[in-house]
Amino acid sequence: MFFASVKLTVYTLVLLALTSIIGTVVLQHGSPEAYIRLYGPGLYNMIQVLHLDRMYQAWWFLMLMVVLCINIVVCSIDRLSATWKIIFPENISVNPRRFEKTKNRQQFESHLPMDRFARQAKQILAGRNGKVIEKNDETGRFLYAETGRWSRLGVYVVHASVLMLLAGALIGSALGFKANLRLDEGQAADTVFNAYTRLPIKLPFTVRCNDFQVKFYDTGAPDEFKSSLTILENNQESFTEDILVNHPLRYKGINIFQASYGPTTPDKAVFEITDGETGTVETHTIKNGGVVPLPAGAGNFIFEGFLPHYSFNGHDLGEAFIGRLDTTRGNNAQIVLPTRFPTFDKMRKGRFTVEVKSWDQAYYTGLQVTKDPGVPFVYTGFLLMIIGCWVTFFVSHQSVCIGIEQAGSGSTRVWVAGRANRNAQSTNLTVKKLVKQLKDVPN
Amino acid sequence: MNSSLLLSAATFIYALASVFYIGSFSFKKQALARFGFWVIVIGLVANTCGILLRWLESYHMGYGHAPFSNMYESLVFFSWTAAALYVFVECKYKESIIGVFVSPLIFLGIAYASFDPSITSKITPLIPALKSNWLIAHVITCFLGYAGFALAFGFSFMYFIKPKEAGARSLFAKLPEWDIIDELTYQMIVFGFLFLTIGIITGSVWANSAWGKYWSWDPKETWSLITWFIYAIFLHLRLMRGWHGKKLAVVSIIGFLGVLFTYFGVNFFLSGLHSYA
Repeated sequence: MFFASVKLTVYTLVLLALTSIIGTVVLQHGSPEAYIRLYGPGLYNMIQVLHLDRMYQAWWFLMLMVVLCINIVVCSIDRLSATWKIIFPENISVNPRRFEKTKNRQQFESHLPMDRFARQAKQILAGRNGKVIEKNDETGRFLYAETGRWSRLGVYVVHASVLMLLAGALIGSALGFKANLRLDEGQAADTVFNAYTRLPIKLPFTVRCNDFQVKFYDTGAPDEFKSSLTILENNQESFTEDILVNHPLRYKGINIFQASYGPTTPDKAVFEITDGETGTVETHTIKNGGVVPLPAGAGNFIFEGFLPHYSFNGHDLGEAFIGRLDTTRGNNAQIVLPTRFPTFDKMRKGRFTVEVKSWDQAYYTGLQVTKDPGVPFVYTGFLLMIIGCWVTFFVSHQSVCIGIEQAGSGSTRVWVAGRANRNAQSTNLTVKKLVKQLKDVPN
Repeated sequence: MNSSLLLSAATFIYALASVFYIGSFSFKKQALARFGFWVIVIGLVANTCGILLRWLESYHMGYGHAPFSNMYESLVFFSWTAAALYVFVECKYKESIIGVFVSPLIFLGIAYASFDPSITSKITPLIPALKSNWLIAHVITCFLGYAGFALAFGFSFMYFIKPKEAGARSLFAKLPEWDIIDELTYQMIVFGFLFLTIGIITGSVWANSAWGKYWSWDPKETWSLITWFIYAIFLHLRLMRGWHGKKLAVVSIIGFLGVLFTYFGVNFFLSGLHSYA
């Protein structure tokens, strides 16, 4: 049957590996302009037709996953029905002949009489493996014991874990979301916008940013940034918590992560206004949106806002304040005051020059808001995957057989051999250790 | 004595070990390989002390973090895991000549860290995203995985230089039997696969606690998954389709190319969240 073949598994895995490369080379989730700039309109058409701009969500990529899942299910049922009797036998049948040609087989003679040696050997074997099966035939006596028969189930656990992971991913993509939220200090919001679709999503509570703090190392690199968030429900404060990178807030199935930060409009700033005609210099502390009179009643200066990145002739001059000079002579002009260049406004050569003297830097906090009900399934899948891999590769179904026969008067010929479905090395070691124990049997 | 000095000493000791192993192979002198083994052990001790000292030094500088935070530190740690795993394997399998292709890999890792001018060996403070207990678990498991795959690569390489029937006097007579190479390659890949799996999982759980998504198809994530696919293919081909020998060695080598791209290529050619190493 088509879906029961391991060939299909291999081909599907090869296709998954090869196609996954595309998404690491072609820009994902970009804007149409970005694609046309990078690849040109012709290639962009092809990208759109094949969904390469969001290829990990494309139907053909999901189809590959579905094929892999069906393949796993069919193969597992197919094989499990065949191996079920091996894993859970009604009674274990022992065939000493199967141990005759094993490479690790060792033979020695004991000076103990056969019955006494067999009794001792049985005790030793039981001490190591638990249950011992005894068998007699015309050539002698056989002691058989085994461990790890259940480990044959390991591979099915690995395959089940893959299904569990994909189920979790499916649940997450159907019922979850990922959104970005930008809050200035003091600002609150109860609606976020989906990071991909930009559609609004209403949260079951309101989140307010009370305060944002950033600490820097002496190298200038950010050390730590954190936001103090308050959760409000029905206009009541529920609780307040600090979140940091790696320390999110989780509430009602919604996770809020500290993702980024940036400068935003300060509440107030100190401006120095110089009248070029009279030489008067006045200093004002102005609130955001506030208005102050210009010297000599020549009009008003208005603090209009703040830009985190001011672009001047194609250069990023960094943070800048925006003001407006409204003079009684009828001149009304917006002026930009980059904080890194205090004398910038002089270049305008107007009557009044404005300079920003000081301000309290305010920040916005960039939060990532996510909901993913699939996570418990995915984590269960992770756990099963690790356990399953461990069992599959490092635990084996190992059996040992001791053959005992009368060698002459009062001495016994003994052979020991082991078999396993994998890890031949560890079986050899088991046999070696067992032989050593048996040789040490006291007289 | 500082960590840089110890680590450069380790680099030269590993270089010496490679010389012994390659010499042992070229001149058919088993004794040289024996010697090479002890040189690798000494290199491993210097490497270990270097890493621990660097850890201590970061505390003296006031940053205080495990030395797993950038390309330099990860390369040093790569050589450490590969050397440690190799010492373990040689002790267990008692085949010393297999080090002929592995010891140069151990040397190249740490040498690349020291000699590439674009890789800084300065101890720098930890960026906020890396401040997590997951850092140690994630890095150690990933690099154990890489080390397993590197050794498997070194062993697979033998298929391409050893003739099918090596005469008793030939250069290749000393190389181990085919079934031992086959078994060793398989064991290393199984080891690497388990740890790569745990490495991807710890990274995923960490991403979920730092960025709110356990999987975002970031290039580093995607390439680690591609590598995982390649080794999954290897395991299915060997266990279910009965592949072995040279054909399978090719898959092991492709897998290691995947590891190399995940480790270096992603940082050089693609951009993403995993920019530190």
